[in-house]
Amino acid sequence: MASLDDLKKRITSVKSTQKITKAMKMVAAAKLKRAQDSAEKGRPYSEKMNNIILNLSSGISDKEASPKLLSGSGKEQVHLCVVLTSDRGLCGGFNANIIKKAKSYFAKLNKEGRELKIITVGSKGNDQLKRVYGNKIIENISFKNSKNANYFDAEKVGKIVIEKFEKEEFDICTIFYNQFKNVITQIPQAQQIIPLNTKDDDQNNSEDNYEFEPDEDEILSNLLPKNISTQIFKAMLENSASEQGARMSAMDNATRNAGEMVDKLTIEYNRSRQAAITKELIEIISGAESL
Amino acid sequence: MSNEFKIEIVNPEKSFLSKEDVNEVVVPAFEGEMGILKDHISIISFLKPGIITIQAKSGEEKYYVEDGIIEFKNNTLSILTSYILNLKDIEKNKLLELLKNAEEESSKPEISDQLKYLADQKVETLKSIN
Repeated sequence: MASLDDLKKRITSVKSTQKITKAMKMVAAAKLKRAQDSAEKGRPYSEKMNNIILNLSSGISDKEASPKLLSGSGKEQVHLCVVLTSDRGLCGGFNANIIKKAKSYFAKLNKEGRELKIITVGSKGNDQLKRVYGNKIIENISFKNSKNANYFDAEKVGKIVIEKFEKEEFDICTIFYNQFKNVITQIPQAQQIIPLNTKDDDQNNSEDNYEFEPDEDEILSNLLPKNISTQIFKAMLENSASEQGARMSAMDNATRNAGEMVDKLTIEYNRSRQAAITKELIEIISGAESL
Repeated sequence: MSNEFKIEIVNPEKSFLSKEDVNEVVVPAFEGEMGILKDHISIISFLKPGIITIQAKSGEEKYYVEDGIIEFKNNTLSILTSYILNLKDIEKNKLLELLKNAEEESSKPEISDQLKYLADQKVETLKSIN
């Protein structure tokens, strides 16, 4: 059995850990509020962008001649996967969930004999993927220095992706991120951004007759690269909200666990103190009796 | 009947501006300035760097944009832009910085014609503000 002193030391150390996790939880909660706000504020932009593109693409009569970003390169051989993770740890299963989703997708591609290329955004994803898929990672981007997700970072990633597409380095691009549902639930998502998936919105009405200036093709070819950045930005916003949410609940758990541990240790401490006192009393009493 | 329509300006970070009492908007469309009044035909177009002028009941406002897409439909004008500034609260230093960046961009040798055109537009607009 540990001595009284040892127990006391352990209690203090667990208590200070609890203080740290509690503080981290508070910080995450404050950041979560902000991240959630900006995720919500960012939504109209990507929604509008999507609407316009849907309107445009339904207006295009000649599917063959449409921009490649929309229709794809006609092949499915080389896949580019952009895995968005956080730069910091201590956020529960946040990164692990994305990686798990990505890895199962990679395994599927492998089985089908497709070629795989990976871009990681955020250092945690890179750390976890480079062990197994190190030779597939062609680019690792990290925005450690920017405090919040901002559009210019997203644009940088978007530009890299588009550049590689134009050089025909890949055929299909998928991004992996966590969608923020609520504080305890984040859903890992795989979203295909090149070629753009327009099939799922068939209810789109064709009654809108737009006038285009300049013509559809030119607008589309201008709009599509922007849409890539917008989608990545959306993913980044969702991700940062998810990260803070995951961290908050992870730290909440940690604080609670620390509390339980303190309780347990305190009971043990009191018991052994009591035992020591009883022992001493017995010694004194038996000493007095023998006199 | 009133001649007012609705305008929404959205940038990636937030909804930048929303007004219901707009009479006329002049936007720097890619093929030239374009004025939009109520009951304009549905239109999609994109913007080059320039000034958006909004004539509203509550007064005239001017904004500097670097790019964007506009959509006009059912008397709602939506403008999506990645960079927008209100001319009223733009600072001199910021303006000079933007101007410097734009000039640098347009003097790059490897730049494509279209990008050069856009950069030149930027320089011109920024100079006109100054």
